[in-house]
Amino acid sequence: MASEADLKMEMSISLMLRTGVSLAAIVVLAGWVLYLFHGDGVLPDYQHFHGVPGPADRIAPILVHHRLDSRSLIRLGILILIATPITRVAFCVYSFAAQKDKIYVVVSGIVLSVLLYSFFRP
Amino acid sequence: MSRPLPASSTMLEMGLIEFTGAVLLTSVLAGLLGALTGLGGGVVIVPALVLLFHVDLRYAIGASLISVIATSSGAAVSFVREGFSNVRIGMFLEVATTLGALGGAYLTARVSTRAIGIIFGITLLYSAWSSFRAKHDQMQYPPNALAEKLELRGDYPTTNGREAYIAQNVPAGFGIMFIAGILSGLLGIGSGAVKVLAMDHAMKLPFKVSTTTSNFMIGVTAAASAGIYLSRGYIAAGLVAPVMLGVLAGSVAGARMLVRIRVPVLRVIFALVIVALGVEMIYSGATGGL
Repeated sequence: MASEADLKMEMSISLMLRTGVSLAAIVVLAGWVLYLFHGDGVLPDYQHFHGVPGPADRIAPILVHHRLDSRSLIRLGILILIATPITRVAFCVYSFAAQKDKIYVVVSGIVLSVLLYSFFRP
Repeated sequence: MSRPLPASSTMLEMGLIEFTGAVLLTSVLAGLLGALTGLGGGVVIVPALVLLFHVDLRYAIGASLISVIATSSGAAVSFVREGFSNVRIGMFLEVATTLGALGGAYLTARVSTRAIGIIFGITLLYSAWSSFRAKHDQMQYPPNALAEKLELRGDYPTTNGREAYIAQNVPAGFGIMFIAGILSGLLGIGSGAVKVLAMDHAMKLPFKVSTTTSNFMIGVTAAASAGIYLSRGYIAAGLVAPVMLGVLAGSVAGARMLVRIRVPVLRVIFALVIVALGVEMIYSGATGGL
């Protein structure tokens, strides 16, 4: 086991994770402030579940009629957050390939496939 | 802390700020206590939102799952530098947890909210109980052919210098991880307690290695169900924002404080809170209050 290479990989991973989380948090915070103070000011009904959103609700445009849509901005932050661990696994596939560790290229490849399937599934 | 009835537009406006502020404070507290006690904040966010704020279970699970990704991915870089977490063991077990999480996220639409409430309650009780389980680091590691083949070994720093370990009972550990994944996808939690059970108890890995590797795995596991939650409409932007930011801020502050203070009393109190929430979730599920 290439311990030195693994340690380097993990250091890069944690730096990558922190960057992703910080960026996501900033975008969510910006969207949230906008939502609270420049939104419609109405508390949505969270007591009852309203079911499946339309496809436009998944990755909605940030700009609606030249105005920033606060909920879409929050959703963009959430997407950055979800992409962070996925990027982490993709980086591991690359690192294991660089170490010529065939078993772990396959193992991390399976994990990456599951994540991408879950995210882009029809 | 029930929500005010909509009476006029001004009341509704007050309602939004009040509701959001209360959810934010609760989330900060949950993150703080979760980090200080090592039990994780996500596990109390769902019952708090459901029982105190009367949020629909699905919105609560969605908000909690996103906060779990944030706290896991933002976890301390120091553990990595000290060389506790094991990237190969984590990746191998993530095959089980991500597949489980995918299955669990599918199940949320098929299992009744009452059943989910009861499963949630039982998981809470288990988490509280497991936090008081004795942690014994195994001293001897008999050779294990499967673990050898899968490179599930490493060494970690102890007071006697770096000590080597190798995983035991690999199939059992993998199986428990699959269950941990299902619970994570079904309940929107990190299920750290079950992950540690798989690594510490079944695979006999050193406790510090188990907890830090588990923390690394939680974000990837949660990301596997997040896509499905998004397309199902479980992710309500206005609710996710205060929960995610609150839990993240609380856990970052808690992790900093942890270096300076010891918290056995707090641990007991928080475990009791979890037990109370667990009993309440089971009761609400059984009586149809969810």
